[in-house]
Amino acid sequence: MSGASLVVGVDVGGTFTDLFFLDEASGRCWIGKVPSTRGREAEGFLAGLADLAPGDIRTIVHGTTVGTNALLERRGGKAALLTTEGFRDVLEMRRRDRPRTWGLWGQFTPVVPRDRRREVAERIRADGSIDTPLDEDSLVAEARALLAEGVEALAVCFINAYANPAHERRAGALLRALWPNDYVTISSDILPEIREFERTSTTVLNAYLQPVVARYLDRLEQDLATAGITGQLLIVQSNGGVMSVADARARPVRTALSGPAAGVIAAAHIAASAGFANVVTGDVGGTSFDVSLIANGETAIAAQSSLDFGLVVRTPMIEITTIGAGGGSIAWVDRGGLLQIGPESAGAIPGPACYGAGGERPTLTDAQVLLGRINAERPIGGKLAALDVAAARAAIVRDVATPLGLTAEAAAEAILRVANSRMAGAIRLVSIERGHDPRDFALMPFGGGGGLHAGALLREVGLRCALLPRFPGVTSALGCVIADMRHDFVQTLNRPLAALDTAALHREIQRCAAEGAALLERAGVAFTGREIAVGLDMLYQGQTHSVAVKLDWQDARPPDRGAIAEAFATRYRAVYGGVLADIAPLVMNLHVAVIGRRPKLDLAALAPQSGSLEEARRGTRAVFADGAWHTAPVFDRATLPIDACVMGPAVLEQADTTIFVDRGLRARVDRFGNVILEGIEP
Amino acid sequence: MLDPVTLAVLQGRLEQIADEMDASLFRAAFNPTIAEARDASHGLYDAASGETLVQGKAGLPIFVGAMAYAVRAVIGHAAKTGDLAEGDVFLFNDPYDGGTHLSDFKLVRPYFRDDALFCWLASVGHWHDVGGNVPGNYNPSARECFQEGMLIPPVRLYAAGVLRSDIIDIVLANSRLPGSAYGDLHGQINALDLGAKRLDALLDEHGAASVAGAFVALRARAARLMRANIAELPDGHYSAEDFLDNDGASDTPLRIALDLTIAGERLVLDFSRSAPACLGPLNIARSTAIAACYVALKHVFRDVPANAGVLEPVEVIIAEGSLLDARWPKPVGGYTETILRLIDVVFVALAEAAPERVNGCAYGTINALSIAGHRADGRRFVMFSFFGGGHGGHPEGDGLNHGNAPISTATIPPVEILEAAYPVLFRQWALRPDSGGAGRQRGGLGAIYEIELLESHADVFLFGERARFAPPGVCGGGPGALNRFTVLTRAGDVTPPLGAKLVGFSLARGERVRLETPGGGGYGPAAERAPSAIAADLALGYSTLAGECGA
Repeated sequence: MSGASLVVGVDVGGTFTDLFFLDEASGRCWIGKVPSTRGREAEGFLAGLADLAPGDIRTIVHGTTVGTNALLERRGGKAALLTTEGFRDVLEMRRRDRPRTWGLWGQFTPVVPRDRRREVAERIRADGSIDTPLDEDSLVAEARALLAEGVEALAVCFINAYANPAHERRAGALLRALWPNDYVTISSDILPEIREFERTSTTVLNAYLQPVVARYLDRLEQDLATAGITGQLLIVQSNGGVMSVADARARPVRTALSGPAAGVIAAAHIAASAGFANVVTGDVGGTSFDVSLIANGETAIAAQSSLDFGLVVRTPMIEITTIGAGGGSIAWVDRGGLLQIGPESAGAIPGPACYGAGGERPTLTDAQVLLGRINAERPIGGKLAALDVAAARAAIVRDVATPLGLTAEAAAEAILRVANSRMAGAIRLVSIERGHDPRDFALMPFGGGGGLHAGALLREVGLRCALLPRFPGVTSALGCVIADMRHDFVQTLNRPLAALDTAALHREIQRCAAEGAALLERAGVAFTGREIAVGLDMLYQGQTHSVAVKLDWQDARPPDRGAIAEAFATRYRAVYGGVLADIAPLVMNLHVAVIGRRPKLDLAALAPQSGSLEEARRGTRAVFADGAWHTAPVFDRATLPIDACVMGPAVLEQADTTIFVDRGLRARVDRFGNVILEGIEP
Repeated sequence: MLDPVTLAVLQGRLEQIADEMDASLFRAAFNPTIAEARDASHGLYDAASGETLVQGKAGLPIFVGAMAYAVRAVIGHAAKTGDLAEGDVFLFNDPYDGGTHLSDFKLVRPYFRDDALFCWLASVGHWHDVGGNVPGNYNPSARECFQEGMLIPPVRLYAAGVLRSDIIDIVLANSRLPGSAYGDLHGQINALDLGAKRLDALLDEHGAASVAGAFVALRARAARLMRANIAELPDGHYSAEDFLDNDGASDTPLRIALDLTIAGERLVLDFSRSAPACLGPLNIARSTAIAACYVALKHVFRDVPANAGVLEPVEVIIAEGSLLDARWPKPVGGYTETILRLIDVVFVALAEAAPERVNGCAYGTINALSIAGHRADGRRFVMFSFFGGGHGGHPEGDGLNHGNAPISTATIPPVEILEAAYPVLFRQWALRPDSGGAGRQRGGLGAIYEIELLESHADVFLFGERARFAPPGVCGGGPGALNRFTVLTRAGDVTPPLGAKLVGFSLARGERVRLETPGGGGYGPAAERAPSAIAADLALGYSTLAGECGA
């Protein structure tokens, strides 16, 4: 172990497992890509590590979609819920919503069916006082019955447990004493926050994921051990921080959006290194376009997310806005004569028409192939020998060009224009609509298709430039390597500010900080620094939406009520333009994040070491843009040296992505090997 | 002629402007009915006709049809005075011209480009309290609009850009919650400003002519889509009728009858056989009735966009003096119940023509319940909420359990929020077994809410329906369970004489109210239900062997 200096980031995606290797001793880094082995993820994982000496690996950081997939495909464990008498249907009743505004054909099947939701006599009031004591005998009897029925995991959620967790704690102790495994989740442990549906849902989903995620991690640890790899394994959470395997086993719900979160963390670091504090990331995948905002170097964090209708997870997670427009999205003309993109997707199977695998409907990828943006002779990913341009053309002619009375090229360009316009809408939503000026932001596309849309999105939204990372296909794996360790805590207070007991608040913050510090200790990771971030959700009495107020907290003294009031007023003014002097502010929730900073990678290590523009030249290709065919030079992106400059139209190719430099744009290689796309000054 | 690609781009941009106006008000609103229940709407309307050009997707569905009438009312007003100016903003809540009820305050603003009127922007939001006899303005005993709240005709809130603060003074003096009204009003003004700003940018980018061209083309496209939808249905006459329990005055059912005709690409909705205007607040204005038809059609034909073109091939016939043609000063506060019934008869009539496109009726009542009183320290409290029920069975499956009303996208406040804010304790918050209508696909389940009072005394108000006439199934499906409201007092259980309407019933500490909401109607004959589905319902307790709906 003493010589171990390798840190490996592993992002297991649907198609590929991406790896990023960093030798902390030499500063050298390199990347790897192996096919994912669905259902046996650990195999692909180990295949990616096969070339290494096991003893060299110090840390493996893993972004996983095992939890996400189990939720989306309903393949979790057999879980049960124990709850307050009169409330077993909270999980199924949701917040009385429906899947779509228009059309009343909704359905919802909860992950724990009604007969496995059992009620126990107990009741706590909103003020924390006990209305009905916990019936311990019936609790134990129900748990024994559930066990006999083959239930693997238990969730416990009592009404108002956020205000007084005594009954839940007692229930937890009784249940853990009789339950044969660790799969007992208590709501006040996982989310001591007001709103019973969101808390119940998060608790239940944690229990539902526990058997699946724990089994996966157990097997992974075993396989690593068998392979002689004794380095430490860390797991990426949806909040962009990492946690230990033990924590991931206990809180699998916090991995629900692990993969995309790591990508955004990497984007923030790459952009900051390159001198951009404000970034919009855009991940163009096969079926979707995911957008995230980084303002002043900070990623936007959302309090909760729905993975599907009614599947609500309330834990802090990197805010990612998704629209259904990706490479596989199908283009069609509706009955009103309007060109539409998606939401239907050709997926990986049969895939776009140009894959020649039975897909007959035209997709975004088909349009790119027809227009010469993608190299049909050397498709990325390496699974196919060549793409079928004629099939792409036939599909576009039949489904788009003919109904709209356009040429095939014009139809393909129209498909891209409508898709770009939808992607631009998603970027506007997270930037302009949140009060940011797009001219202050750089676009960072990643994923296989990002580089093809960057130029159009720049123009459409008016962003400053686009920053294409050196290895856009492995951004999430890179994010794993640099992610900090982070533990989030929440506690509902629900008190008027004027009545807030600041000494008690101080003690609560200290308690969270100590618990977080203990988790950092237990993980046994070396940190370059530690941080405690404290925030309050505040609102005016009578409002329902709160604003997040940062608190400048010091361990030495309790927070000051006046300072809190001022911080709230400042924040409120920033969000809504003015304050409401006559109405009393309310403190709803306390948030504490305990962060252990991990060493940051110097991205200069990734920069091209040699090469020249001429060496990088790979001939020319006919590319259709702005209504005409152009002869565009093609370059090997990896060989382009620092400061190389290429005028559009041009194509930059690399193993896992293609960058199209539109006319009127210039591509420049910065000192980290990133490509900066920007408009040529008129 | 605009090319189809630019049109697709402009459509997205215009929808985004309306959506952003919605989002801006939801965030800023004080009043939970807007902030949580999204009882608001924004859009762009035709300069000359006031017809809907684009409307936000997140707002209350019923406003999608109604707002055109609000804008038209302002157009009429401005034509009379003849002095429309850039920077004017009109404010009003007159339901007879503008649709819906007094609680909905509309702000309408002309948008000028190159010194000419280009289009209108409008914002509507449900304010917390607009005066009248009952806090929150759901007054089943109202006989004239004066008992429901203040009535403001279209007046200039801004005249050529100058705020007339005396107008605000008059409006706020007539609300029990002036602070909340002030906050919502400002949210609406800001939403209109935002819309104008975004529209400026769009017109700068694409040119006024392109955008105006897009308005015309999008309308034509909506009409084309709707005609194509209607043409697919078999020609013929189809009828349906249903009843409202009563008007809150006497326990006499009110008929809502529809004779629906499909002839090629045209659809006629004739409500002539419906009841005449009633004494209580179940009347609705003609504009509200047309808006309700729009909502029903959009639930069936999901692909049609939210603009006036949709109604081009549709004719709505309403008799003068009808319940659906309320004139001043008839009370209209309970409009939600009447439009829900209108939507139900459209579903039932269409089920004959297009069984593959419809669903059983949803629970069909908003159950506006308020528990109001004073705490020991003298502070006033009003717990006011709408409650959910089952959706109808449909070709793809059983109805959704505990959904929101078809006219709304509102979510319900959590038990824990209500208990933290008001002196109440929920004893039950559960699905109601056996409430879903029987059918091949059964109706979704309604809910049971049982609420105990923790304070010494409170008054209970309820405005609901479907206590006498259950939500119908379609295509042979059975009805959902009736709405049932019970007050559990020390002296025994009390049910309101008018079913689901109650005014100021006195409740003491420890006493409870119990609301059991209807399930949805079934879809298809119950005899065709799969035995495995019946067994699953019994195993999960969705139905019991003794069940009243026989699902």
